[in-house]
Amino acid sequence: MTIDISQFYQVFFDEAEELLAEKERLLLAVDIAAPDAEDLNAIFRTAHSIKGGASTFGLNDMSEVTHVLESLLDRIRKGEMSLTSQHVDAFLAAKDILKMQLDGHRHGASVDQEAVANVRMMLHDLSEGVIVAAHQPTVPSFLHAEQKQEVREGAHRYKIELPDIPQRDVNALVDELGLLGRVSVTPLAGGRSALIIMTHEGLDDIVAICSFVLNPEDLKIFEAPPLTPEQRAIEALERARIEDEQGYGFFDPNEPAENTQAELSNDERGYGFFQPIEQIRLEAGIVPETPQPAVAVQSRPEALDAADAAAEKKAAKKAADAAHAHAEAGSIRVSIEKVDQLINLVGELVITQAMIEQRSDGLDPMVHQRLLASVSQLTRNTRDLQEAVMSIRMMPMDFVFSRFPRMVRDLAGKLGKKVDFITNGAATELDKGLIERIVDPLTHLVRNSIDHGIEMPAARVAAGKSESGRLFLSAAHQGGNIVIEVADDGGGLNRERILAKARENGLPVSENMSDAEVWQLIFAPGFSTAEIVTDVSGRGVGMDVVKRNITQMGGTIDIRSAKGFGTTILISLPLTLAILDGMSIRCGDEIYILPLGFVVESLQPARADVKDIAGQGRVVKVRGEYLPLVPLHQMFNIAPRFTDPAEGILVILETEGRKAALFVDELVGQQQVVVKNLESNYRKVAGISGATILGDGGVALILDVAALLRSSRQLTDDTVVS
Amino acid sequence: MSTQQTTKPADARDGSGSEYLAFTLGSEEYGIDILKVQEIRGYEAVTRIANAPEFIKGVINLRGIIIPVVDMRIKFKLGTPTYDQFTVVIILNIGGRIMGMVVDSVSDVTTLTPDQVKPAPEMGTAFNSDYLMGLGTVDERMLILIDIDRLMSSSEMGLIDRMAA
Amino acid sequence: MAKTILAVDDSSSLRQMVAFSLKAAGYQVVEAVDGQDGLDKAKQQTVDLVLTDQNMPKMDGLTLIKSLRGLPTYAKVPILMLTTESSDEMKSKGRAAGANGWLVKPFDPQRLIEVVKKVIG
Repeated sequence: MTIDISQFYQVFFDEAEELLAEKERLLLAVDIAAPDAEDLNAIFRTAHSIKGGASTFGLNDMSEVTHVLESLLDRIRKGEMSLTSQHVDAFLAAKDILKMQLDGHRHGASVDQEAVANVRMMLHDLSEGVIVAAHQPTVPSFLHAEQKQEVREGAHRYKIELPDIPQRDVNALVDELGLLGRVSVTPLAGGRSALIIMTHEGLDDIVAICSFVLNPEDLKIFEAPPLTPEQRAIEALERARIEDEQGYGFFDPNEPAENTQAELSNDERGYGFFQPIEQIRLEAGIVPETPQPAVAVQSRPEALDAADAAAEKKAAKKAADAAHAHAEAGSIRVSIEKVDQLINLVGELVITQAMIEQRSDGLDPMVHQRLLASVSQLTRNTRDLQEAVMSIRMMPMDFVFSRFPRMVRDLAGKLGKKVDFITNGAATELDKGLIERIVDPLTHLVRNSIDHGIEMPAARVAAGKSESGRLFLSAAHQGGNIVIEVADDGGGLNRERILAKARENGLPVSENMSDAEVWQLIFAPGFSTAEIVTDVSGRGVGMDVVKRNITQMGGTIDIRSAKGFGTTILISLPLTLAILDGMSIRCGDEIYILPLGFVVESLQPARADVKDIAGQGRVVKVRGEYLPLVPLHQMFNIAPRFTDPAEGILVILETEGRKAALFVDELVGQQQVVVKNLESNYRKVAGISGATILGDGGVALILDVAALLRSSRQLTDDTVVS
Repeated sequence: MSTQQTTKPADARDGSGSEYLAFTLGSEEYGIDILKVQEIRGYEAVTRIANAPEFIKGVINLRGIIIPVVDMRIKFKLGTPTYDQFTVVIILNIGGRIMGMVVDSVSDVTTLTPDQVKPAPEMGTAFNSDYLMGLGTVDERMLILIDIDRLMSSSEMGLIDRMAA
Repeated sequence: MAKTILAVDDSSSLRQMVAFSLKAAGYQVVEAVDGQDGLDKAKQQTVDLVLTDQNMPKMDGLTLIKSLRGLPTYAKVPILMLTTESSDEMKSKGRAAGANGWLVKPFDPQRLIEVVKKVIG
């Protein structure tokens, strides 16, 4: 029976990712001058665990890196070596390398082998400073303590004759090669050594490793014949002798029957016992399954019976406890597909329940009192279920925020700036799908703040500010949305420069534009007013991508800035992708849904308040300001019931610093809708952000308010008659 | 070069024949690989999609998923598009995308062996010959065999976003 | 009647692999995420065999083994250490703490089952 362990790869990948994040967190927090012992232990454990898993699952590149890391950390935590900032830097670099290797295994991402080699050299150099007691040239030729690989049939035995190199290089080679197979050291003439390696790996891998330390012309490798059973037996005896000298041994009386060849020691097999197996079993009260040559067991039948009875009782209790005992502490891992399916099913349930509600509307409440009472109970239950299920996918923003301290530190250091990074609301929750998509845009905004927003320390002091700039990242719930803020107390956006650049790019601008509108210009493609395009945040092509990402998530992005004081970017996202509070409106025969978050109010205007701007469309006066009038029937080519706004309804919408009045026939109602996307089976439709299934089973399209408002600008100009 | 490239449906496992769903559009009978057909439904109210071409009637709710419905009669100018209780919508599954296709009527499922399929002519059919797999003859009938996968995925149908946003 | 094994390791991937392999071989498995958890679970029900990792938060393997040996019910229950090296130091400490043997990581599932079978059948 073979067990396929590759099913556990995914679990290990997730685990390794968490461990790496934990390691980074600990390294960033550790006090180099007076490190806390428990912190050092914890850091050691992360490396140790990753190494264990990487070796178990055959991820040799990772186990090689963690191997050196782990021995360094072990020495440091034992006090044999002191922690320096070079160590921390090297460990952080190692973490990056491991992450890269992990991604390589997980997603097939490419791994920069040169960077890997550099980090390994760095770690090796650091470990050089300490005498490694384990490897002495006088150690007899038997198995190296570090080996863990089971060598099966088909292994090759190579002999590598080393030139005259320092002992520490020999030790390093033994260490490295030890991960490929079993290595032993034998002395050669002239104080040199030879390494014997039994491995399944190819010669290329061996040569590659040797090249770290040796010049290719110094490398002499031969394939040596495998040991004969007699030679292996001699090796085994030699080992046993040494173990005996040290006070204990390992012997396994069960083995002789199975192994007619030279006895393989426990070390070779990778396990061992401190007492004879039978003794362990006897004391534990375990009845042997086959008659054993050892007599002790047979001669005490009463003891056996008692043990038997006790064992039976235990079994009964165990059966009862089994279910209870299997529960793991606190949480379980569930695949995303299962969660998504659950959410879809609950969404369907909501729709069905809405249908029932709708159909029961027409019933006489007196006659069907009990039925209607059950229907409202059903509504409540469904809403509760929906909330509970949506919360499964919710994750705290900390998942995103935690990436930044390291990045901010590195980036600020690189640019020679000082930045205090403060977060707020890390516990605020957001749907997992959105969390993943918000990382890139937020990263870009953070880099922008550090690169372009916060000034150099000298400039700040000259301006009467503190030397360190402040970068503030926060998240909070507001209504049905989550509002994420990226704020800095840097120099703020330069209005004139933005206007000038916009004019250069041919964008329609005017001096009268409000600040809010000017800031929105930076989201235009190809926009960058940075004087020196640093390689850090690029050519400003980022901002339009940031905006696009946010809009695709159904969110909006606003900017506030004041010269000399700083810039604040506000991102608002719907709390979940799936459920929306909507206002349904009718235009002609068609019903559309407006996300309630964009709706300010709705009204029927007075005819006098509607004005025509020659050849460019209409505007309407609402509370003293003129807003562009967006006739939905025109945008979507619908035959409307009303063409006169004074007879229809205007829904005042606001987003991205803009307001407009959407002209429709009538308001139908307000309801929560389950959002379905069109792109799965069709394609993106301009002006539509999704679809939903109505209570009667029909489909209604959800309007993309931001897109509508943007395209409405083409209909009207912003020179407004007041 | 007179040889036509035919793309056989994937189910000719035993080599004995492939199954086609036969349907009518206007005066002709057509056949498509039965494996691409998910189900057949009547025509019901469709939600119009703004500014879409006329042959894309809109979207419908198919047990909770939203799928587009196209009317082949409009697209290829075949027959008169009427919508009554006899109108049929063939629900297709093309590489995981579900979509509906309105036709005049559905006939049956026919098995055609390779020798029953002749190469399609270069012209004279409503469909671009790129989308034709051949002509199937069985008894007195002639089925124009359409590569429905290729057709539905084509840019002229415009059902799939070619560019990433 | 199936025997129960307590597997103590802070690495969930390793623990899951051990649990899966042993269950496939017909054993019942109780999992614990660190030494303290292992001790708690061991007290809840007396198992037939304990497999424990060494480096764990809250309570390490050697301390767990010593604590278990202090319980009357666990005086003779076989305990095996899961260790990353078969060094003399490990062996002497393990023996002193009261372990019955060791198994070197990484091991493949076959070897695990083989060793477990040897000890508890």
